Amino acid sequence: MHELPVTEDILRIACEEAAKHGAARVSDIYMTIGQFSSIVDDSVQFFWDHISQGTLCEGAKLHFERPPAVLHCNQCAREFELQDELLPCPNCASFDLSVISGDEMQVDHIDIVKEDDHD
Amino acid sequence: MTERVEIVKKILDSNERLALNNQALLDNHGILGLNIMASPGAGKTSFILQTIKRLPPGLRLGVIEGDTAPVTIDADKVLAAGMPAVQINTGGECHLDAVMMESALQALPLAELDLVIVENVGNLICPAAFKLGTHANLLVASIPEGDDKPYKYPNIYRDLQVLIVNKIDLKPYIDFRMDYFIQGVRALNPGLVIFELSCKTGEGFEAWTNWLVSQVKARKQEA
Repeated sequence: MHELPVTEDILRIACEEAAKHGAARVSDIYMTIGQFSSIVDDSVQFFWDHISQGTLCEGAKLHFERPPAVLHCNQCAREFELQDELLPCPNCASFDLSVISGDEMQVDHIDIVKEDDHD
Repeated sequence: MTERVEIVKKILDSNERLALNNQALLDNHGILGLNIMASPGAGKTSFILQTIKRLPPGLRLGVIEGDTAPVTIDADKVLAAGMPAVQINTGGECHLDAVMMESALQALPLAELDLVIVENVGNLICPAAFKLGTHANLLVASIPEGDDKPYKYPNIYRDLQVLIVNKIDLKPYIDFRMDYFIQGVRALNPGLVIFELSCKTGEGFEAWTNWLVSQVKARKQEA
């Protein structure tokens, strides 16, 4: 699996942005990872616990939003979510389908704690 | 008190940027880059060797061989066929990435080439996530793997430009419904270019190599 390079990139993005905004540390990281990405949350968390040590992101909580892949039926225009397997349109049984979403893999936002916070 | 910082940045974007540099390097030399992916045993190396045999004499090809272990069997086969080959040992990694591709390109005589074929690590999940900077991703699927693969592993078919259906000589022996297979593939990737062929008998190779040669020429003209 390729979760290590993915986790390294999440760490790089979060640390860069945190430093840019003068963070003392990062408390939370929010990501969107679509169904087509083949990324396993637990594996990312496993690598994260190791590689984030000693960085601004050490101890930050990872939040994964996992939107399903959405398919559009070109015959009857029904939109439906991809299950584990590719199945025909639930309305008209056609396999004439287009993929609308599911390829997302991004860091959306982070929550940072600033040095001069005393409350 | 925490403060929210909006980011919205693509993960693995740094790999994609490096891949764009690799592609620019290929473009500067008028070279077509092809990334070949498949599960182990689908026939990637045979497919490359059979393709080399059928290319017109003037077409100059280099091969980048990705492997998880330091073995040079595949690269040796390509060298024996008279083509420059570079072996990348990924050190156990399940895929090639743009960094490995960059160093492999530096080891090839780019000024003397028209086409670079990359044989990715035999794996269907990971290589698809890492762009290399090639102009096309090609998947070698094979009849014995079964006709349900696009339905069971839809992810793999998303970012391909070319699909090779290999081992069609085995059709009489295996219950493989080509229509069903292609229907699933088309749903996931409508513009995909598909060739059915056999590395064993050579059936179907002419259409594939004609297409490849036309793509190489088109790339040369753009340069």
